[in-house]
Amino acid sequence: MSGRVLSDATLSEIARLRDAYPQAESALLPALHAAQDQVGYLSPEAIADVAEALGLAETEVTSVASYYSMFFLTPVGRHKIRVCTNLSCYLNGAEEVLHRLCERLGVSPGETTADGRILLEAVECLGACEEAPVVLADTTRHARVTAAAADDLLGGVR
Amino acid sequence: MPELLLMKYAGQPGRDAVEEYVRTGGYEAATRALKELTPDDLVAMVEASGLRGRGGAGFPTGRKWRLTPKREGDVRYLVVNADEGEPGTFKDRTLIEGDPHQILEGVLIASYANQVHRAFIYVRGEMFLGYERLRRALEGAYARGFFGRNILGTGFDLDVTLHRGAGSYECGEETALLESLEGRRGEPRVKPPYYPAVKGLYGRPTVLNNAETLAHIPHIVRLGADGYKAYGPPILYSVSGHVTRPGVKELPIGTPLREIIFEHAGGLRPGRTFKAVFPGGSSAAILTAEHLDTPADFDSLAKLGSMLGSSAIIVMDDTTCIPAVMRRTVEFYRDESCGKCTPCREGTIWLSQILDRILEGHGRMEDLELMDGIAQQMTGICLCALGESVPPPLRASLKYFRDEFLHHIRAGSCDVVRTPVAAGGARG
Repeated sequence: MSGRVLSDATLSEIARLRDAYPQAESALLPALHAAQDQVGYLSPEAIADVAEALGLAETEVTSVASYYSMFFLTPVGRHKIRVCTNLSCYLNGAEEVLHRLCERLGVSPGETTADGRILLEAVECLGACEEAPVVLADTTRHARVTAAAADDLLGGVR
Repeated sequence: MPELLLMKYAGQPGRDAVEEYVRTGGYEAATRALKELTPDDLVAMVEASGLRGRGGAGFPTGRKWRLTPKREGDVRYLVVNADEGEPGTFKDRTLIEGDPHQILEGVLIASYANQVHRAFIYVRGEMFLGYERLRRALEGAYARGFFGRNILGTGFDLDVTLHRGAGSYECGEETALLESLEGRRGEPRVKPPYYPAVKGLYGRPTVLNNAETLAHIPHIVRLGADGYKAYGPPILYSVSGHVTRPGVKELPIGTPLREIIFEHAGGLRPGRTFKAVFPGGSSAAILTAEHLDTPADFDSLAKLGSMLGSSAIIVMDDTTCIPAVMRRTVEFYRDESCGKCTPCREGTIWLSQILDRILEGHGRMEDLELMDGIAQQMTGICLCALGESVPPPLRASLKYFRDEFLHHIRAGSCDVVRTPVAAGGARG
């Protein structure tokens, strides 16, 4: 096996996931989450390891991975800042927040900072419209974010 | 007003701990269901309650359960749709984060009623906190014997698996969700002939219910169908946008839009006037001030050419540019379209191109009829509800706010007074 990148811990997690479903294919999304958590993105080698662990074709795994917006097939920042730009957030100033974050990070939505650390994304409804505008910084949701609050939020991520 | 059912404890600390849920009477309904009631009793009870699916389509839950074949020895599954993603909707997330055992108890009762021994909860990928709370809740419930082998000594077995999505609005569509749960791209299956009830997960009969729908079940069992109905029956409205007290409002179904927006959600910010509302998520035809006295229920909203949908009420005041809102709406469906069927894939691209040129000051007079024509042609021929979601709000906006579109085309600019919106600061 050439170019194995997934650690023993990740592979044993994938084996556990495979056995948690009636059919191994169902473990694909959770397995890809596990692989991406370790590697940072789904490199061809990571895809190959997942495919082998679940007995799937690499092309199949790539096809599935490419469908979902939370999976990345190219390197991205380890930290992910997701700004909701859907209706309720849009109506409550999400554009200004996104603009401020773009300025501060020197990126456009969908890009990773020059130092490779932070990915900024404009995303669709995060289902927290009562807190609009909402920003998800890694796994933490921030409510009623102002442009000024966006600056503070960056401090917590850096 | 009667006390709250679903939201009574939501958001209080520690609700993901099984001891806390049990302390307030949790799992008593499930215990009674498993020990004293038959599966048929439960299906009849849910049918009598009038509960309709809370994911958006509003299909009667009891009928769905009855439609699921229950031949002895056949494998059946229960799949919970917790992939909440309809813009403006946050009731499932609120329940999942705020009182996750309520949903798990619904899963247990629904599984017993449908003689299912394997359930999956498909949780939206971005719902990090919710997943964590559900995970902790499920772990605790297993430890107390509410899941696993020989539950409560009744001989009934049930295993529940939490499954994380990975970022796709389309996976909220039930057949796309099943595809995704089977490890594939989230593209919808062609239906008819086979609906999930008959041929769902792994080709087996599958009960597919929304997370909120299942949270109603313990209350129906606890109160009985009539007792439950005396609460309205209750429904969770997600109210957001330009209101001072946004949030999930548990109210009797059919509460008028005006009361929901102006009493329960605090009304508009000072000095602002009401302009329009999405009464059922961004897939619902928008309504205007003249419709505010409409009861927010399935039939009343359908009569207006709109829908209750996921009961997400997005309020827009007079600072809102309707063509810009429509562009954002169409862009969303364009980006989330799985691309499998042509009218959705191409229609959303064409519409967003036209809206772009109108908003950039290059609109043409014929664009309004062009958009309406594209919307009409998309209607009824898309594979799933995603493509079908675009025409209603767009056509309604062209009908009610035609002058605003015309102004953009004629003047090349917006005539909405854009008062700066103090993000976050204006909450009452």
